[in-house]
Amino acid sequence: MKFPNPPAMKFERAWFDLGGVNRRNFLKAMSLPCLAVACKAACRAAPAEASPAADADARYVAEARFYEKLPYKKIKCKLCPRECVIDDHERGYCGVRENRGGTYYTLVYSRVVAMNVDPIEKKPFFHFLPGSTAFSIATAGCNVNCKMCQNWQISQVRPEQIQATYMPPEQVAAQAARNACPVIAYTYSEPVVFSEFMIDAAAAGRAAGLKSVVVTGGYVQLEALKKICSAVDAIKVDLKGYSQKFYKEVVNGELKPVLDALVNMRKQGVWTEIVCLVVPTLNDSDEEFKGLARWVKTELGPDVPLHFSLFHPEYLLTNLPPTPISTLERAKAISDAEGLHYVYIGNVPGHPAESTYCPNCRQVLVRRTGFIVTDVRLKKGRCPNCQTVIPGIWS
Amino acid sequence: MLSKSEITTRRIFLKSSLGLGATFMAGCASGSDRGAGPQGTAPGGRSRVVIARDEKLRVGNSSPSQDGILKILDRALQTFFDRDQPGEAWKQLVRPGEVVGLKVNCLAGRGISTNRQLVDGICERLQQVGVRSIVIWDRLNADLESVGFKIVEGNAGIRCFGNDSAGYEQELAVYGNVGSLLSTTLTRICDAVINLPVLKDHGIVGVTGALKNMFGAIHNPNKYHLNVGDPYVADVNMLPAVRQKVRLSICDAITAQYEGGPSFMPQWAWPYNGLIVARDPVALDYTCWQIIERKRAEKGMESLGRVKREPVYISTAADSRHQLGTCDPTKIQVVET
Repeated sequence: MKFPNPPAMKFERAWFDLGGVNRRNFLKAMSLPCLAVACKAACRAAPAEASPAADADARYVAEARFYEKLPYKKIKCKLCPRECVIDDHERGYCGVRENRGGTYYTLVYSRVVAMNVDPIEKKPFFHFLPGSTAFSIATAGCNVNCKMCQNWQISQVRPEQIQATYMPPEQVAAQAARNACPVIAYTYSEPVVFSEFMIDAAAAGRAAGLKSVVVTGGYVQLEALKKICSAVDAIKVDLKGYSQKFYKEVVNGELKPVLDALVNMRKQGVWTEIVCLVVPTLNDSDEEFKGLARWVKTELGPDVPLHFSLFHPEYLLTNLPPTPISTLERAKAISDAEGLHYVYIGNVPGHPAESTYCPNCRQVLVRRTGFIVTDVRLKKGRCPNCQTVIPGIWS
Repeated sequence: MLSKSEITTRRIFLKSSLGLGATFMAGCASGSDRGAGPQGTAPGGRSRVVIARDEKLRVGNSSPSQDGILKILDRALQTFFDRDQPGEAWKQLVRPGEVVGLKVNCLAGRGISTNRQLVDGICERLQQVGVRSIVIWDRLNADLESVGFKIVEGNAGIRCFGNDSAGYEQELAVYGNVGSLLSTTLTRICDAVINLPVLKDHGIVGVTGALKNMFGAIHNPNKYHLNVGDPYVADVNMLPAVRQKVRLSICDAITAQYEGGPSFMPQWAWPYNGLIVARDPVALDYTCWQIIERKRAEKGMESLGRVKREPVYISTAADSRHQLGTCDPTKIQVVET
């Protein structure tokens, strides 16, 4: 196995290696010590037990929690708005949940395919324990198929197509603690599709005094969302764009359920931030930026941080250039003008809009360069200059 | 629906062929083909679809006999290629020394999957024409084993394994709305592929036949059932390795199913006792679709269109962008034998 070097400052990429994953290569890889998972060398997690290639491994299989049984051994998945109706022996759109004889199972419980210790700013969370590290994990699978996916090698594959490590919830918490991470992050692919594992791992983390954060597309049904909200401390939603057309043609999903989920996250009281990956020519019009900002202000409030991130050509959109910085600045200017208090520019290291400013007196409160926090001036969640309360989870 | 006039018996077909005195080039370079042309074309540029049936092949729940299947296989291939001997027919398709893949469909288990006896018969005929390396493949070893195939790896002879053994390419193959990693069985191991789908209803995309069976060659079929599989099924078949290597489709319609698929639902299955052969996968799928529609009508069921499962991907596969074949019934010659 080889582990690629990380491209500098790319959008929340996972560490993984799909390279030639077949039984032969897998067995070969297994013969090498300490290469059991696609894990960054810097991750000091203890060598975890390597999984056998066979997907029949019962350790990863647990009954799903969000579905209903239908006649003829069919089931209807109730996890995401897609509501896949699935025949016996078949899987849903996400590829990680399977109908076996009329009972629905997740195949990715404790099946970790990527883990890393990341700065929380990489998620990005800018109003959540700045400067802290997050023990970040993912399983295979996703319930959408974005043409610009930055992590498609893990999000768009089936569990058995990629090497994994068996890491049950208690071990996730233990690994986070061992790596001195106060936070566990469920990220890289789509945590909604491994909800059962995430909810249990978050509970194990909470019992150990750790917080949990989720990085998600927010394409989830209300019942599952409520369970997730009650288990975790913060959610960052990748709002892919602000048009149904973009969601249909580029994301293979729908916009409205994501907006509904965001409103419900706020109702549930979980800390929420939003990222919009700006893709040149596809979701970068003034109208979309303005519509998005207005919607956020009206439905969620002006204090919800909104990050506009730079797109790198990936997956099925390699024909497009990276987002011009001027486009991101235009998006920020429009959103600022609409009255949002915390609008950031992401994936542009050194840009002034990476830092947090007081919306009242414009004093720098958290200074950042890339993922590095260089200064935190907040005093008990307030601006030290004008005492304005800055929303977020600061300690 | 196919009208009576669109169905040609073998006798009529032979007569018309003789009358025209037509000869057509075969898809492979081994020589002329008095029957089907490169794309399975019949006289007038029509796509030929051969249906070989034997109503005694399978009675009730009995398994079809090896001899019985071999007989209709020979009849189907000889008719398709217009040859007197089975070996002569197979020589139009493959060359000695080639590695030939047999893409079976085993997802639904023993009830309705590509029959082992059919696969055995094809292997026998391929070996008789000098093919020494044959790969029986599908998505998963477990699926193959569930219908009685034994997993055999190695480098030669008759092998059998799933994509989970062989692995996938690391580079995406992209066409239209599809981006997938292709099975290395297709891309690296096989020189040619014979597609062996089954004839059945599909609860999402309407019908699963030759075109849909190639979902078994990609790593992410779960992503491409949206919108009744349209245009995804057609797009997958446009991927160069699929388009270039699949030489013939032999649809196993010994047991067919008109509702409740893709899982096996015995209450909606019936013994069609046939094989359906074509080079044109669109024509074959169109023909399969019509067979299912006729059965649904016979059973008093609504058409697939009425239940919002019309397999529109078939016409997409025939459109000017894809040109994978034809679904125009006036351009399809169905030969029953």
